[in-house]
Parts: sequence; structure tokens; C-alpha cells
Amino acid sequence: MRGPKNLPKSLDHRLITQLLLRDAAIRRGGRLLFEGVSLDLAAGEACALTGPNGSGKTSLLRAVAGLVRLEAGEIGFGRLDPAEARGGGLHLVGHADGLKAARTAREELTFWSRWGGGAHAAMLEAAEALELVPLLDLEVRRLSAGQRRRLALARMLAAPRPLWLLDEPLSPLDARWREGFGALMQRHLDGGGLILAAVHDPLPIPSRSLELIA
Amino acid sequence: MSRLSALIARETTLAWGRGGGPLVALGFYAGVATFLPLAIGPQHDRLAAIATGAAWVALALASLLSLERMFERDYEDGALDLLLLSPVPLELTCLVKCAGQWLATGAPLALGAPVAAIALGASPTLAPLIFACALLGGIAFSFIGGIGAALSLGARRGGLLTAVIVLPLFVPPVIFGGGALANFESGLPWTGGFAFLGAYAAAAVAFGPLAMAAACRNALS
Repeated sequence: MRGPKNLPKSLDHRLITQLLLRDAAIRRGGRLLFEGVSLDLAAGEACALTGPNGSGKTSLLRAVAGLVRLEAGEIGFGRLDPAEARGGGLHLVGHADGLKAARTAREELTFWSRWGGGAHAAMLEAAEALELVPLLDLEVRRLSAGQRRRLALARMLAAPRPLWLLDEPLSPLDARWREGFGALMQRHLDGGGLILAAVHDPLPIPSRSLELIA
Repeated sequence: MSRLSALIARETTLAWGRGGGPLVALGFYAGVATFLPLAIGPQHDRLAAIATGAAWVALALASLLSLERMFERDYEDGALDLLLLSPVPLELTCLVKCAGQWLATGAPLALGAPVAAIALGASPTLAPLIFACALLGGIAFSFIGGIGAALSLGARRGGLLTAVIVLPLFVPPVIFGGGALANFESGLPWTGGFAFLGAYAAAAVAFGPLAMAAACRNALS
């Protein structure tokens, strides 16, 4: 198996050095999804977030991203102010990938890399690392589920940010790309990044785990 | 700046694809200019009397057409989440979205307004003022419309709800612009109505994004 090429350089300024959850609880639609969830993740560490369907994995990721309010508890990003951390320090890749079916992969990747503050060179490197170059001129609607997920993942490499929040990142990927994305995740950790990933299958890299109980 | 220029380019092309662009605008006015004489009768003076008003009302209604999907698509496909995860304040993002909406739909509609009015029999001397009113009015319609579109996020019949929220807020610019045009036509001072239209548009640009951002945050959480 050929590993992905041109991996991103290590991360610069605005480092999130820690992700801290203290006694977090989330209530959605009047139902308490979970409570008392705590996590202390340091730079270079990955955490696999597991639990049955509906246990609140996606909600927890969205709460870290600041899109969902906690019922109780708190979320900290080391020394960084939460607004600053969420504004430029984290990436969220979920089921709703924000890609517009009628636009080409190139248009979408270019826009999201510029929106994330990434350089053009990094965008091209990301496209190469995820082997998207031959697909760039296709409309997003023509991509398969796995290719589309790779495009969503490429956005993270195109605009490097320390904390990756991934919602079942591996599910549409084939075996080769599960391994390939594992290598990319490992490289991200080696550069001082942090990963919190909701998964059903184990992550292909060494990781801690946090289980939500429904 | 690179972020905002990328966003305005994206929003303009997306709005263009959602039902903007010169062809749609001209098609809409062609419809109005064709149907009115059929419905009202072909008497020239009767049509000329209502020509500017008809073009003005057509502009307000045409602005409604593409509003529904302004935030809805980004909300459904997750792009709104990602737009939020940025150092750019959501208020500014909303402002740029409305500006893109106006560039793709409001500006072409403003170009079509004098053509439609003259085709219905309005005096050609009115054309510059109709165009100016339509430009300013279009800004007000885009920014007020954005509030309605953001407030109806997640609602089942979003388009209908948007129209119900937005139409009462479209009334002042319709009155101010229509008044300015009627006064100009009959040789009365018209700058007052025009200035009020400009003030309304400026207020919409200033306060609309605050309301839109609050509505978007509320829809997401």
C-alpha cells in the first residue's frame, strides 16, 4: 500500500494544547443524553468517542465546536479562550459535510481552504495527499461517498488547525483509505495536534477512549 | 479580507444558481409587462398611470423568489456550521451573504425595472430614478429578506413563512420609493421619499445582520 504523500507541516501559532471536558451534560429535546462526562486530552493525543446510536456522540462533538450548549459542566481549550479556539483552532467533519452538490470539487476545496485561512499551496498538497487531483474538476454530486468524504477531510489539511473533531470519519472509506487516513491522523498527532473522533470501529491509530452510555 | 472575498464570490455564484441572474429577472419583468395589459386592458393611459408602481411591486415580489434558500441550504448541508467556525463574526458573514444575494438577484432586477416600466408606458425621463430606487430598494429587500430567511430556518414550509415574516417589512420601502416616483412624475419634490428609502436600506444593512446571526445561532443550537 502506498501511503499518502505530501503530508501537512506541523501546526503553528494558536496552539490548542489541551481539550478539557469537566462533568459535561447535554440535553436535547428534553431528554438528557449524558451527564458527568470528563476528558483531559493533551496535544499529540487522540480519543475515540464510542457509544450506541443516540448516546450523544455527535452532540458532544458539536458542543466542543460551540454549536450546542452544555446543560452542565464546562469545556476548556488550555490557555486559549474558547471563542478564539473555536474561531480558528478546530475543524469539524460530520455527516453533513457542507459540500454543495452543484459546485466542482475544486471550487469547494478552494473556498473552504480560503475560509479556513489556508494557503493555496497547502490546498494543492491536501488534494494530492488525499489523491483528489484527478477528481477536482468533477461536480461534487458525481463523487462517490468515499471520495466525497476524502474531499471533506482534505479541507482540514488545506487549512491546518490543531483540534480535529471527527464524526465517524472512516465509515464511507475503503480499507486502503482507512489506513491512509490513519497515517494522516498519526502525522497530525506527531505535529502536536489533537483528535476527538466519534467511531463505531476502532481508530487505526493508538488512542484513548471515552464511552458514552445511553 | 481573503476570507470575505472568497465568501462573496461563493455567495454570488450560489445565489445566481438559486434563481438569480439577468435572464430570470428579465423573464420575470417580461411576464409582468405582458400580463398586466392582458389583465387590465390595453388602454395606454391607464397602463401608463400604474406603470412605475407595477414595476416597483414586481421588484418587491421578485426579491422574495430566491430568498427561501439563502440560509436553508447551508443549514441543511452543514455549511452553516463550518461558516461559524471561523474568526469572522457571524454578523459579518450574514452581511456578506446578503450582499451576494443582492449582487446576483437585486442588481439584475434593478436593471430590468426601468425597462419594464417604460414598456408599460411610463415616461422615459423616469428611467434613472426608477433604476436608483430599484437599486436601493433591492438592498433593503435583500437584507430584510435575509432576516425572514434566517428566522424560518428549520421550519417545514420555510418559503411561505419567510414571505409572511418579510412582506410587512417590505411595506415602508415600497411606500417611500413609490411616493418618490409618483412625486417626480407629477413635478412635486421627490427627494424626501428617496432619502427615506435610502435611510431604510441603510438601517436594514446595519441591523439586519445582527438579527440574522442571532436567528442562525438559535437554529443551530
